[in-house]
Amino acid sequence: MKSHLLSTGDLSRDDALLILDTAEELARVSQRSIKKLPTLRGRTVVNLFFEDSTRTRISFEAAAKRLSADVINFSAKGSSVSKGESLKDTALTLEAMGADAVVIRHSASGAPHRLANWVRGSVVNAGDGTHEHPTQALLDAFSIRRRLGRLDGLKISIVGDVLHSRVARSNVLLLHTLGAEVTLVAPPTLLPVAVESWPCQVSYDLDAVLPKSDVVMMLRVQLERMNAAYFPSAREYSRRYGLDRDRFARLHDDAIVMHPGPMNRGMEISAEVADSPRSTIVEQVGNGVTVRMAVLYLLLGGSEPAIGGAE
Amino acid sequence: MSAYDLHEGAVTTILIRGARILGGAPRDILLRDGLVAEIGDLAGADAGQTIDAAGLVALPGLVDLHTHLREPGREDAETVETGTQAAARGGYTAVHAMANTSPVADTAGVVEQVWRLGQESGHCDVQPVGAVTSGLEGRQLAELGAMADSAARVRVFSDDGKCVSDAVLMRRALEYVKAFDGVVAQHAQEPRLTEGAQLNEGEVSARLGLTGWPAVAEEAIIARDCLLAAHVGSRLHVCHVSTAGSVEIIRWAKSKGWDVTAEVTPHHLLLTDSCAETSPLGPYNPIYKVNPPLRTAEDVRALREALADGTIDCVATDHAPHPVEDKETEWAAAAMGMIGLETALPVVQEAMVETGLLDWAGVADRMSARPARIGRLAGHGRPIEPGAPANVTLYDPSVRRPVDPTAMASKSRNTPYEGMTLPGHVVATFLRGRPTVLEGKLV
Repeated sequence: MKSHLLSTGDLSRDDALLILDTAEELARVSQRSIKKLPTLRGRTVVNLFFEDSTRTRISFEAAAKRLSADVINFSAKGSSVSKGESLKDTALTLEAMGADAVVIRHSASGAPHRLANWVRGSVVNAGDGTHEHPTQALLDAFSIRRRLGRLDGLKISIVGDVLHSRVARSNVLLLHTLGAEVTLVAPPTLLPVAVESWPCQVSYDLDAVLPKSDVVMMLRVQLERMNAAYFPSAREYSRRYGLDRDRFARLHDDAIVMHPGPMNRGMEISAEVADSPRSTIVEQVGNGVTVRMAVLYLLLGGSEPAIGGAE
Repeated sequence: MSAYDLHEGAVTTILIRGARILGGAPRDILLRDGLVAEIGDLAGADAGQTIDAAGLVALPGLVDLHTHLREPGREDAETVETGTQAAARGGYTAVHAMANTSPVADTAGVVEQVWRLGQESGHCDVQPVGAVTSGLEGRQLAELGAMADSAARVRVFSDDGKCVSDAVLMRRALEYVKAFDGVVAQHAQEPRLTEGAQLNEGEVSARLGLTGWPAVAEEAIIARDCLLAAHVGSRLHVCHVSTAGSVEIIRWAKSKGWDVTAEVTPHHLLLTDSCAETSPLGPYNPIYKVNPPLRTAEDVRALREALADGTIDCVATDHAPHPVEDKETEWAAAAMGMIGLETALPVVQEAMVETGLLDWAGVADRMSARPARIGRLAGHGRPIEPGAPANVTLYDPSVRRPVDPTAMASKSRNTPYEGMTLPGHVVATFLRGRPTVLEGKLV
C-alpha cells in the first residue's frame, strides 16, 4: 500500500482488492457488541474539513475511533483558516502536532496532493473539489461486491452530473481497475470535454442503458446547475435522467441501485426507488465506516494483521 | 534617442572580439558613442575595453512586448529596478511594461512614473503600455491620447490580464489609436466561457477535475478582433497566442493583408498542460498555472511552426512575477503567471533553434526586430551594422545547465523551468554601447 490515498487511479488491482478484503474482515468485527479494536492505539488522525460534510466526517471519525486512534476534528470554519491561514501553514501546524494521518476534504481539486508535500503523515483524500473521492468509490465497490458477489465483468452505469462529480471520477478509475464495465450517462453538458479518453463508455440515453445494467449509480444533481444552463429545468432533467418507478421496472431482477448521498428525492431518484430493497443507499453508509477503517488500518497499521489479537 | 539620454554619460569605447553576428563568421565589433562604429577585423583598434567573444553569438538587443514589472503596487513581487535587471540578464535592452499595476497605468501620470523609473534603473529601456479602458474595467476608454502625448510616448495599449470583451469598446479603441499610430494588444479571452477557468480544457483538466479554459474562448475573440481591425482599417496585436486554432485564424487574417500581428510566450513553445499532472514537482503544482493556460503538444507544435513561418511575429515573455505565498497554495487559489525574462532566449534556443525551425537571424527577427517594429521603438531592433544604436546581446549557445531560480535577478522565483536543463547563457548585454551585463553578471 502507498503512503497516501489521493486518487483511486493510484491503486493497482491488488491494492484495491487488499482494501476490500481487509474491509470484509473488519466488517465481521462490526457485528460484535464491542466494535472497538486496539490496532491504532496511540496514533493520531486529523479530520481536516474545509468543506462542510458531516456525513463523511463522522464516517471517518467512527472509523478511526473503532481502531482506537485519537481523532482531532479540525473544521475550517471559525478556525485560523477563516482568518486567512494558508493550507501550507495549517499543514505545518498539524505536522508539528504529530498527526499520523490527515483526512482532508477541500473545495479545491488537488488540495490533498498539495498537502502531501507539506506533511510527513499519510494523507487521505476525503473529497477534493471536482476531482476525486476515493473512499466513496471504495465503499461503492465494497457494497457492490457484497450484494452481487463480484465486480469483474459487471455492467455499471453512473448517471448524472459527471462533470462536477468527484464520486464519478473515482468510481470510473476504480471500477475499471477491478474489471467492471462502466458506462457514464448524462446530458452532454454534464460530461467533461475529452471524457472519451476515460476507461469507460458514454451514453446520453438512460433508457437504452438501463436494461443492460447490473448496477445503476445515481449522482446528486445540484439544482443551481440549471442557472448555468447545464439543463433547462429540474422537471426536464428528472424526465430524461431521473430514476423513477417506470425506469426502475426496466432493470433486470438482480440489478441494484446506488446513490452516494445526499439525495434529491424526486429529482435524480424517486422516493420509492430510493427506499426499495434493491437500493443499497443505507448500507453504503455503514460500509463507508468499514472501508475507511480498512484504509486507515492499511495506511497506518503497517504489517500487523488487521484484527490483531482481538479475535 | 533624446528620451534616453539620461544614462549616456561618459561613453566608453568597447571592442568585441570575434563575435558571430547572427551566428555567422567571427567578426570584431567596435561600439563607440552609443553606436556600432565599425565591424570587421579590428585587431589594432583603439578601445577602452576589449571583450573576448570567441564562440559567442551576437544578437541585436532583445525587445519584449509583454513584461509585468509590477511597480507601482506590487513591489513585493517585482520592481522596475529588479525587473529590468532580470531583463538585462536575459539579453533584453527594452521591455514593454504592462498596464495592470496598482494604480492601473491608464493615465499620463502613471505611464510617466513607470517611464521615469525605467530611466532611473538604466538596466534597459522601459516602454510603458497604456491601459485600453479606465481601471481595466472594460467600461470606458482610458485617455489614450494623453498617454500617447506624454513623455512616455505610449504606442501599445492593452488591458492585458483582462480581455476587452465588449465589441463596441474594442472597435472604438482600434479606431481611436490610429490617430497616433497606436496598436491595441488584446488579451484574447472570452470571459463567460472562462469563468473560474484553471487549465486548458481537455484530457488533463477532465482528469484533474479543474475547470477548463477552452481554446475556443481565445479563438473566438481573435477571430472577432481580426474582423474588427479589418473593418476599421486599424492595427491589432494579439498577446500570448496559445492554440493551434488561433494560429489558423491569424494566418487567415494575414493572408487577407490585414494589419494583424501576434506574439507567443516561451512557455507556450515548450510546456504543455500535462505539466500540471505529471511534473516531477508533483501534480497540481501552481508553478504551471498561467493565463492563457499551457495547452497540448499539438498546440505547441503549431505555435512553433507559426513562429518559424512568421504567422506569429514575435516571442514575448509575459514575465509575471508572483511572491512565493501566491504560488504555495492549492491550484485554484494560486496566482496565474510565470517569470520568463531570464530564460526566454534559452527556451527559444531549445524549442526553435535546436529543432532547426529558426536560425539566429530568425531569432533576432522574432525577439528584437519585429517586436521593436510593433512597439514603434525606433532605437531598438536594428541590425548590428555601423551607425545602428549599440544595443547588442552576446550569447553563448554551447553550454547546457540546470535552471536555478535562486540565481535569478527577478525578485520572484516562480519559474516553471526549475530543475530543467536548458541550453545557452547570456554573457553580455549592451544598451547604447554601455554594458548592462558582463560575464553573465549585472554591471
